[in-house]
Amino acid sequence: MAARALPDPEMLANGVAARDRAALARSLNLLDDKRPEARRRAAHLLATLPADKLDRSGHLIGITGPPGAGKSSLTSALIQVWRQRNLSVGILAVDPSSPVSGGALLGDRLRMLAHDHDAEGGVFIRSLACRGEYGGLSAEVWPMSLAMLAAFDVVLIETVGVGQKEIDISKMSDTTCFVAQPASGDSIQFLKAGIMEVPHLLVVNKADMGTAARKTLTELRTTLKKQFDPDGWQVPALAVSATKGTGIDKLADTLESHRVWLVEHDLLATRRKRFQAEWILKRLREEFGRFGIERLGGEAGLFDELTRRHGSPFDQYDALRDRFLANWKT
Amino acid sequence: MEKQPTKRDKPWLMRTYSGHSSAKASNQLYRTNLAKGQTGLSVAFDLPTQTGYDSDHVLARGEVGKVGVPIGHIGDMETLFDQIPLAQMNTSMTINATAAWLLSLYVAVAERQGASQDQLQGTTQNDIIKEYLSRGTYIYPPEPSVRLITDVVCYTVKHIPKWNPTNICSYHLQEAGATPVQELAYALSTGITILDAVRDSGQVSVADFADVVGRISFFVNAGIRFVEECCKMRAFARMWDKITQERYGVEDEKMRRFRYGVQVNSLGLTESQPENNVQRIILEMLAVTLSKNARARAIQLPAWNEALGLPRPWDQQWALRMQQVLAFETDLLEYGDILAGSTVIEAKVQALIQGAEAEMERVREQGGMIPAIETGYVKRQLVTSHTERMRAIERGDLKIIGLNCFQQTEPSPLVGEGEGSIMKVDPRAEREQIERLQAFRTGRNQADVDAALAALADAAKSGDNIMPVSIRCAHAGVTTGEWGQALREAFGEYRPPTGIDISLHDSPSAAVQEVRDRVRHTGEELGRPLRILVGKPGLDGHSNGAEQIAVKARDVGFEIVYQGIRLTPQQIAKAALEEGVHLIGLSVLSGSHMELVEDITAELAKLGIPEIPVIVGGIIPVDDEKVLRNQGIAAVYTPKNIDMNAIMADMVDIIRASNGLKPYQQKAA
Ligand code: B12
Ligand SMILES: Nc1nc2c(ncn2[C@@H]2O[C@H](COP(=O)(O)OP(=O)(O)OP(=O)(O)O)[C@@H](O)[C@H]2O)c(=O)[nH]1
Ligand SMILES: [Mg+2]
Repeated sequence: MAARALPDPEMLANGVAARDRAALARSLNLLDDKRPEARRRAAHLLATLPADKLDRSGHLIGITGPPGAGKSSLTSALIQVWRQRNLSVGILAVDPSSPVSGGALLGDRLRMLAHDHDAEGGVFIRSLACRGEYGGLSAEVWPMSLAMLAAFDVVLIETVGVGQKEIDISKMSDTTCFVAQPASGDSIQFLKAGIMEVPHLLVVNKADMGTAARKTLTELRTTLKKQFDPDGWQVPALAVSATKGTGIDKLADTLESHRVWLVEHDLLATRRKRFQAEWILKRLREEFGRFGIERLGGEAGLFDELTRRHGSPFDQYDALRDRFLANWKT
Repeated sequence: MEKQPTKRDKPWLMRTYSGHSSAKASNQLYRTNLAKGQTGLSVAFDLPTQTGYDSDHVLARGEVGKVGVPIGHIGDMETLFDQIPLAQMNTSMTINATAAWLLSLYVAVAERQGASQDQLQGTTQNDIIKEYLSRGTYIYPPEPSVRLITDVVCYTVKHIPKWNPTNICSYHLQEAGATPVQELAYALSTGITILDAVRDSGQVSVADFADVVGRISFFVNAGIRFVEECCKMRAFARMWDKITQERYGVEDEKMRRFRYGVQVNSLGLTESQPENNVQRIILEMLAVTLSKNARARAIQLPAWNEALGLPRPWDQQWALRMQQVLAFETDLLEYGDILAGSTVIEAKVQALIQGAEAEMERVREQGGMIPAIETGYVKRQLVTSHTERMRAIERGDLKIIGLNCFQQTEPSPLVGEGEGSIMKVDPRAEREQIERLQAFRTGRNQADVDAALAALADAAKSGDNIMPVSIRCAHAGVTTGEWGQALREAFGEYRPPTGIDISLHDSPSAAVQEVRDRVRHTGEELGRPLRILVGKPGLDGHSNGAEQIAVKARDVGFEIVYQGIRLTPQQIAKAALEEGVHLIGLSVLSGSHMELVEDITAELAKLGIPEIPVIVGGIIPVDDEKVLRNQGIAAVYTPKNIDMNAIMADMVDIIRASNGLKPYQQKAA
């Protein structure tokens, strides 16, 4: 049997933009594929996707929080509201990988089974294993969320259940939502101490559990009173119950109001460029270390350069990589 | 000198768990079984009936009349007990999520036969809690499920006083891998959950509470380690006595008695050299009969061909005869408790009690059985135990004759090629049942049906006992699917945690290392880590195999998607597409593999991913295996394939072949 041929990137790009599910699935497979030829085609695919969609439309949301806080259940509840509002939804759900075997249990979609019966095919869920990355994400998340943005109105990334310190997701989503457990004093302490990066939205889930949730919410609200994110957005806190479905409409509204705020303040497109620059820098750091970054002109310089120029993440990355290797040889 | 005839104890109730195809066919079977000396009935229902669907529901495809009798309405129930006077019969019904409904149908039929409710004797399994952990025929979330159990208990105590309203099950926990300590701890914790709920429901007066306690019975397992199992029964009796006295203040010793029925272990029964199962079954029966002080009230035994498929009448007769030989030929029933006073037995009993009490305490700390199920704690404990068992078999530490040792064998005259040695349900049974159901629907008074269903929905919301209105539904001609749906709308549905997110702590063998290399290298060759989907299509609740495959696959480095039981072919195909998997592994043990595999391959083609290879595992008769292979199924696995590393290595090669790579060659060191 002959090796299976790799798909044609332009056909895929057209399919994705038309929200053809099989084309999107194959695109995500291609974006995951590390073989050189696949990588070339993936870069071509990303470059062919409608740039305006990737740069400034849709809503890229990150959901993070400790293990078992209810991120997946909440995602499922949100999907329902978004579908009622006629928005199509793409989900990227990241799960931990075993450091020993590399294997992973992709368990988040189990909580989202209710949407399997979506008649219009307006929900698409892809799970990812973190594959040894720290920070609750995997390297594939950024390119894959671009493909998803080309197809859906809302793209949501669920991170691995993480500790409070590692919110890489805030470097990769328009709106970051932190889900706290009721009675989780830790989150509050971390916030106060400035250890925890401030998200755009704090949600206390499991409000159906009663007083504990209410108490946590009050404490969070007091702590947050004068919390603004670096862009000047004041961070709200909400209580919801993912399983009982209470507060979800309000949550969807609040997420939307942050997106509107970003658009009004002309921040959406700039932020997306920053995300890509962050992603590229992280990959370069992994491959060439601090030394490599210095050789390429230093973090700040690179960051500047990357946010000014256009291009798919793979193309931008490859260009810098080539530059480094060329410099190295001379 | 003339010998005095010795006084013998009365033997236990002897049953055979049976039912198939249709109410009519099952009725005939029951009447023959009774004629052979069986002393009670034990009804097996098909999966649609157990999960509250009508035979013509999409999810019922391939399952109607397969593993039990389909009961869609009062007409079926009347046929099932035709010429069997319910006033005299003792009937055990293995029914859980829909127990209130099937009991209502039973009551309604008895009333039509002219029997009064207080004459009825028998058992509804009605332990929905263990369904979340093992048996898989849950429907509603835990809270309404506990309420349904409670309603049946409270109703029967008042109106059907000789009924055993709930049979708290440890049987199924052992079948899902539980150790004796886990069986004790979780079953007794379940007993506490149910009794607390009955007490707190306010439906039973304080004065009548001891009667409730006296009606609670258990359904227990007995495995091959029969000495330990014997001790487990004694531990059960002592612990229940203590709980009912201390927690519920029951003074009457009789009401505190641990009353239990048994089905002996089937998990350890093998497909390889299946005749050895007879020895196993008999030894296991000893565990529950030797102690007079902790002897089973009712016993049903599996058949020698348990792991091959459904037993035929002759196979079941053989199992019944095993019981009869023990009860009537041996001298067992002539003595008092032959183990009393043994210090060895006593020490083991104490050790089991201590272990179980410690585990019960852990459950209590988490808020009781229900929270401990909702968080996945209990299920993870069971999956962990089962994984340890599988690893012990694989290593050869746990010996199973004919399976992992002494495999060499003469050809067995018992096992004919395919068809010969199991029961096959007539494929026409499903269609005929659907035709009867549809005819029944047109023949009933729709206004009565609608009014009864509206009353059912009201009771579900108001919290009134569900039984009176369900009996009304039964008489009105409501169907099983309608009853189930009305409560689905009122209560919602639920899926429990799968429990496969466990951590394994042991150093991998060389074989495991080798498979890990295969998985990793092949992933590198294909550009991304290997991903597989393990799917459980249809209504089948046998999750052990899928769980073990999933745990193992993760352990050797696959990224795996497993979403639990009871998925439609559409759901499985959709997940395979979205997740970009390299391989789909289906697990089907309920006998509906042909229909389900056909549907799934059709669905994959429809979604444009026909190239993904599909493999199937479970109870697949040899004849079907050949057909499946011809249909393009890449591999078929059955219980004899215990070498999990070999299965994993195969999966890699199947993925390689479908991607145009040569079979894996181990890299020279
Ligand atoms: C354990 C068991 C149960 C447990 C299940 C617990 C659980 N959560 O899984 C309990 C007690 C709950 C149970 C209940 C029932 N059971 Co049962 N059960 C068994 C039993 C004894 C063993 C199955 C098992 O778990 N084996 C251990 C696992 C690890 O093995 P396995 O699944 O075979 O998997 C191996 C291979 O098959 C293969 N494999 C399996 N799946 C996959 C998937 C992939 C991808 C791959 C690669 C390989 C693979 O690899 C595994 C490793 O070797 C079998 C008989 C037997 N001895 O096989 C009957 C059996 C399967 N049960 C049967 C029946 C009828 C029932 C009931 C439907 C009865 C009823 N009418 O109510 C109920 C209801 C269950 C439901 N909801 O569907 C029948 C099915 C008959 C048929 N197919 O025609 C059997 C065959 C017994 C019999 N002879 O009557 N059961
Ligand atoms: N009572 C209650 N339980 C909830 C709620 N939301 C989620 N849960 C439960 O919390 C547990 C974890 O839920 P998940 O949605 O899987 O949590 P998660 O944050 O995605 O978990 P990981 O991805 O494993 O980190 C499950 O048992 C849920 O049923 C809620 O609103 N109320
Ligand atoms: Mg999750």
